[in-house]
Parts: sequence; C-alpha cells; structure tokens
Amino acid sequence: MIKRFLYSQKVAPYVFVLPFILVFLIFWVYPLGSSFTMSFQKLSLGQEAEWVGLDNYTKLLGDTIFLKAVMNSAVYMLCTLLILIPLPMLLAVLINNKFMWGREFFKSSLFFPALTSVVVAGTIFRLMFGEMDGSLINSFLGLFGIEPVKFLKGQVTGFIALLALATWRWLGVNILYFLSGLKSIPEDYYEAASIDGASAWQKFRMITMPLLKPTTIYVLTISIYAGLAMFIESLMIWNGNNSPKNIGLTIVGYLYRQGIEKSNLGYAAAVGIVLLVLAMTINMIQLAFSGLFKKED
Amino acid sequence: MKKDATLKMNEGSAMRVRKDIPLKILLFVLFTVLCGIILVPFYAIALASFKPGEELIRYGLNLKFDLSVMSFDNYAYLFTGDHSYFVWFFNSLLLTVVQVALTLIVSATVAYGFSAYEFKGKNFLFICVLLIMMVPFEILLLPLYTLIFNLKLMNTYSAIILPGIASAATIFFFRQYLSGIPKEIIAAGRVDGASEYGIYWRLILPIMKPSFAAMAILNGMNSWNNFLWPFMVLSDERKYTLPIGLKTLLTPYGNNYDLLIVGSFFSIVPIFILFVAFQKYFIDGMTAGAVKG
Repeated sequence: MIKRFLYSQKVAPYVFVLPFILVFLIFWVYPLGSSFTMSFQKLSLGQEAEWVGLDNYTKLLGDTIFLKAVMNSAVYMLCTLLILIPLPMLLAVLINNKFMWGREFFKSSLFFPALTSVVVAGTIFRLMFGEMDGSLINSFLGLFGIEPVKFLKGQVTGFIALLALATWRWLGVNILYFLSGLKSIPEDYYEAASIDGASAWQKFRMITMPLLKPTTIYVLTISIYAGLAMFIESLMIWNGNNSPKNIGLTIVGYLYRQGIEKSNLGYAAAVGIVLLVLAMTINMIQLAFSGLFKKED
Repeated sequence: MKKDATLKMNEGSAMRVRKDIPLKILLFVLFTVLCGIILVPFYAIALASFKPGEELIRYGLNLKFDLSVMSFDNYAYLFTGDHSYFVWFFNSLLLTVVQVALTLIVSATVAYGFSAYEFKGKNFLFICVLLIMMVPFEILLLPLYTLIFNLKLMNTYSAIILPGIASAATIFFFRQYLSGIPKEIIAAGRVDGASEYGIYWRLILPIMKPSFAAMAILNGMNSWNNFLWPFMVLSDERKYTLPIGLKTLLTPYGNNYDLLIVGSFFSIVPIFILFVAFQKYFIDGMTAGAVKG
C-alpha cells in the first residue's frame, strides 16, 4: 500500500524534490527567520534570549565602526564594478578578434588565478604588498625612484592591495563570461555595419554593448553581492579581522566580529539583516533600471 | 552610387590586409604583457618556495633569483617534516570527493523532479531555488552557526556538507540540461513497466553523465577552496581542511613561513593538473550561470 502510494506518478515528483524542500526549510528558511528574530534580541550562544525591540538597529545607526564597515564594503563594491566590468568586456572583445594569436592559451592563463583559494591568493598578495623595500611591489616602485610604501597601513593603499587581489582573481572569469556572451552575437550584424561604414568604436558602442546586456546584468548582479559580502580577502590581506583603524573592515567582517568573536549574536544578526536589505535594494534598483532600458529597445 | 560603395569596400579590405600584421602584433604584445603580470604572483610564490622563510621575513616576497639561498629544504620539510600538512591535505581531498558526489546526486535528483513532472507548487518551489542563488550565504552564517551548535554537529564534516547538499546553482544547471532530453524516453520507460524511480536511475542518469563533469569541477573547486564556513565549524586541528590549516600557519611571528609558502604553492598543484587535463569542463562549469543570460 505505502509502496503503491510512493511509486505513483502523482507522488514521485515530490519524492524527487524532497531533498531540496528539506534543505530549503532547515538551512535557509529557518536560519533566515531566526536571523530576523535574533536581530530583535540580546543573545549569546547557548543562553536565554532577551527581547530588546529595535535597540540593535538604533544602536547600529550610531555605531561609527559599523558605518565605517558599510562605507568600506560600498566603496569596495563600487571599485570592483568600475574595474571588473568595463575592463573584462574590452579584453573579451579584443581576445575574440579574428586577428588574435594564441587565443586559447591567453584565455586559460588569464583564468588561472581563479583556481587558487582566497587563502593562498591572499597570502601571496599580503606578502607582495609587504612594507619592506625589498618586497615585490615596493621594489618595482623603487625602479621609478618611489620611496617604499607601507601599503597595509593606509586606507587608499590598503584598498589598492585589496582591489589588486580582486582584479587578479576575477579578471579571467569575467572575460570568460563576456566571451560566452559574445558568441551569441551573429557575425552578420558586424558585416552589415561594416558595409554602412561604421568604425570599430561605433560597432562596439551600437552592436556589442547592447547585445552583451544580458551578460553584463548577470556579471553586475553577482559582483554587487560579492562586493558587499566581501570578507575573507580582507581577513587574509590583514592576517586577521583587525586592520589598523579598521581600514579593511567590511560588513561581514563586522558581523563576524560581533557574532563570533564577541558572541553578541543579536547585534550581529541586525548587521546581517542590514546587509541583506542593502544587497536586495541595490540589485532591485539595478534590475529595474536595466528592465526600463529594455522597454526602450 | 552602388559602384561607389563596392569601391570603398575593396579599398577597405585592401587596407585591412596591410593593417592586419601590426594589429596582430599589437594584440599579441598586449596580451603577453597582461598574462605576464597575471602570472607574476605564481612565479613569486614558486620562487619563494625554494627560499628559507627567514629570507622572506627579512627581504619580503620578491623576484630575486638567487641560487645561493635557494634549496630544496622546504620541499624536504614538506614531505618528511613533523607537521599536519598532509593530514589537512587528505581531509580536504576526502571532504571534496564526498561533498561533490553527494551534491551532484542529490541536485540531479531534484533537477529531474523539476524537469520531468508537472505538479502542484512546482513553480513556487523553483522560485525558491532562484531565491537561494540571490541571497549571499554570509547573511546566514550566524543563525546557521547556532543551528549547527544546537544540533550538536559542531566540529563534524556533516555540518559542512549538509547545508549545501541541494546546491541551487547545480540544480539550475541540471534542469537546463535535462530540458534538452526528449520526454519520449520517460514515456517509453513507463510502457516497458519501469517504475518512476527506475526510469530516473536506469534511463535518465546515464544520459546525464556529460553534464556531471562541468558541475563536478565547479563544485569540486568551491569545496577544495571553501574557507569561511569550515573555519567557523571545525575546531579540531586534526579535522582542519587545507585552507584552514594554511591560514593557521600565517602568524605574525612568521615562524611557519617555510611550510606556509611551500604548502600554499603545493596546494595549487592538484588543481593545476586537473585544469590542464579538463580545461573545457572548467570553463563550462564556471560560465554555466551566465549562459542563461
């Protein structure tokens, strides 16, 4: 009887998707829900919770270290968008050019950094941007007569190290994304444009860019999340969650500091909710904008 | 008028032939320089793996090729020294293999459910799959941490494997792949008297094999390099994975740099070999998300 029930065509699909339903409920809905409730509580691991209403949120608004973390994450996200979208798009167009020698080799070499873990890549970059005059970046700068820089002690120079790491790891991946987008553009569009006497720039502006829009939106969406949720890069570059004057502190870094290091779970949950709202809002605005442009076409 | 246009075109293509060679050289030089820059960090760490850690502390990571300080000492220490590197290495390997195998089979099963049947709540459930892909995992860190704590799963590999076992991105990819498989196969299976599960297990799964490679690579890479969640969950040094172990070597005193550098470099090697052998699958796996647009 049970066997007939489980084997019927009506019940089988639910059996197939059951693992997803379970994982979704246990490891997604429940944690997200408890994140919401925790954010209204004062709570540490294994202890009784105490309801505090909106206290955590009002405290966050006046918390200068939190605001610093939000600022850092936002600036980091913005910089990665400004670097890691136009540059890979341009390089993908160049590498896709029919005059390109050794295309496959270059594609693989540029992709290679994405294979390393953040831990290994972060260690390498931390050492490369070391403050001794003999370390890689400083000895390079020395060639131009520039004094050694204490990269990881300054706000701007620290961010240069972080962004160098991000660019190094993600440039090749984003190039691959744009290349797969370029494949879907029919060759005759360009031929037609050539006949009309369009310049290379005009072709890029009028054909390539609009037709790459779906890929661009995809890259933009994942980059916004990755940028806002960045943490381990900073953890590795500064070898810990404490950077001088919090120059490398991010939103997730602050969540980790409050939640795990200080066992201040309620307050940290509020940080998480702010991050969620921030990420959702920015992406909704972004998607609405790209949707609006679609209507014009 | 028309003649004019063709004339212009011929002129253009003749010009292009002459312009070709410099353009080719220019592009080639540009990308060679770019790749050179990209590969510098690898060269630097490879070089450093032959130098004593003390040298690194004193002079920093650099590109000086100095045979007088270089030796195989670090490698000797890596393979014969008294440390946990290979414990971590095999933990990582084991965890990656188990995690990939479980994730692939569970995700493929779920994807088959979504693609082969029409059922109540299907669209809603699929929206949930997309929702998971849209929310950064980091937000769930703390509640997941308390959940794992309450389930008494701290310091176990189950805590690492279970939350990701029905991977949204993998389900999505498999569903796309399955939509290309004709429904007649399923109907024919039913006519032959196979059960719903028999059809999936014996008819569909074998057809899905090619799509497993790309997803195995993608999930394998993520698992091998996964850091934050295992770092929070695992506390026993004997259970550490490689990224966690390497992170613990990075101390302010720099007393472990011999092992850290050679170990970091050596951890890239297996992935590099896999990448060279299965390049196409790496690229398919990485760009799987973008193809849907």
